[in-house]
Amino acid sequence: MHELSICRSIAGIAAQHAGGRPISRIHVRVGQLRQIVPDTLTYCWGLVRSDDSELVVESVPASVDCRACGSNTVLTEPVPRCGACGGRDVVVVTGEEFLVTSLELGV
Amino acid sequence: MGRFHVHADGVRHEHPHDHEHGHGHGHGHDHDGHDHGEGDPAQRDAQVGDHSGYETGAERVEVLTAILDENERVARANRADFTAAEVRVVNLMSAPGAGKTTLLAETLRRLAGQLRIGVIEGDIETSIDADRLAGFGAEIALVNTGNGFGGECHLDAPMVRSALDRLHLADLDLLVIENVGNLVCPAEFEVGEDQRAMIYSITEGEEKPLKYPVMFRSADLVLINKIDLLPFLDFDLTLFRRNLDAVHPGVPVLEVSARTGEGLDDWCAWLRQPVPAAG
Repeated sequence: MHELSICRSIAGIAAQHAGGRPISRIHVRVGQLRQIVPDTLTYCWGLVRSDDSELVVESVPASVDCRACGSNTVLTEPVPRCGACGGRDVVVVTGEEFLVTSLELGV
Repeated sequence: MGRFHVHADGVRHEHPHDHEHGHGHGHGHDHDGHDHGEGDPAQRDAQVGDHSGYETGAERVEVLTAILDENERVARANRADFTAAEVRVVNLMSAPGAGKTTLLAETLRRLAGQLRIGVIEGDIETSIDADRLAGFGAEIALVNTGNGFGGECHLDAPMVRSALDRLHLADLDLLVIENVGNLVCPAEFEVGEDQRAMIYSITEGEEKPLKYPVMFRSADLVLINKIDLLPFLDFDLTLFRRNLDAVHPGVPVLEVSARTGEGLDDWCAWLRQPVPAAG
């Protein structure tokens, strides 16, 4: 739904860092707690891009640290709960990433 | 001079040593499946060889920039203006049809003469909602997100900023940003608000917190609206509150009806709270 405006942001960041050189690939890292569908993002990239660049999405699973038992577990549903002891006092460690990580520039 | 190597998939990397711009140059080792022969320098030199004569080839540039960086920058600018004007700002979000505008109209009516209120009204095409809010003494600024913003499904920080010069912030106590009706997108875009209030109506189904966890997690207050319809629906309020508590433990909840006025005193009291401390 908002993937199009996200793609416009990505295009702006990429252009800023490419320094005028052609871009072959843009690597982005998206946590699974973000409401971004990787396939939709790459589809929208095809609509927004002004070149042949490819968008590569790295999807990061959501994980939490438990303050009660100390375990780090991966979430299987969007409910913040320790996978080891079931505790609710958890800190989200991964899954909220939303970054352009790198560009591959052509010649 | 540059170090240059070719991956098995044909991607060429060169890492020249004089950059014109300020970013660092990553060496692109964060992906799987390529053997760079990193362990042994002699082995690596044998694999990579001396390609210092090459002036062409691809380059991998490390960026590490938040995709919503620009939005967050404008949100901070909005926030600075709100703080300077000592106006409390609430971002009001809900699904279409949850009763945002009806509730807001009733809220403006009740608080007229007590609080000086401004409203930024986000709507994709029409001024229908903004028209419904007229006549209660509040300043209304309409942002049609279909008008030059590409039919967006949310208000973002630049859209809110575009409305600020149509409001007299310094004369306001409270600014309500009525976001576009949508349970997904508005949650991702900070606009510089102090707090987020979410309106959920009991005609929507108990499972909504599990389906739209980002919005329910981002809310500082959840209003359960249309509570007057409870006797007429097969709605399981206990189940809804359990689902809400699963995705956002401890979030404050108010049961309200814009139609009968139930719960609206508590809602208005929440809105009358002073601006929360920054942070």
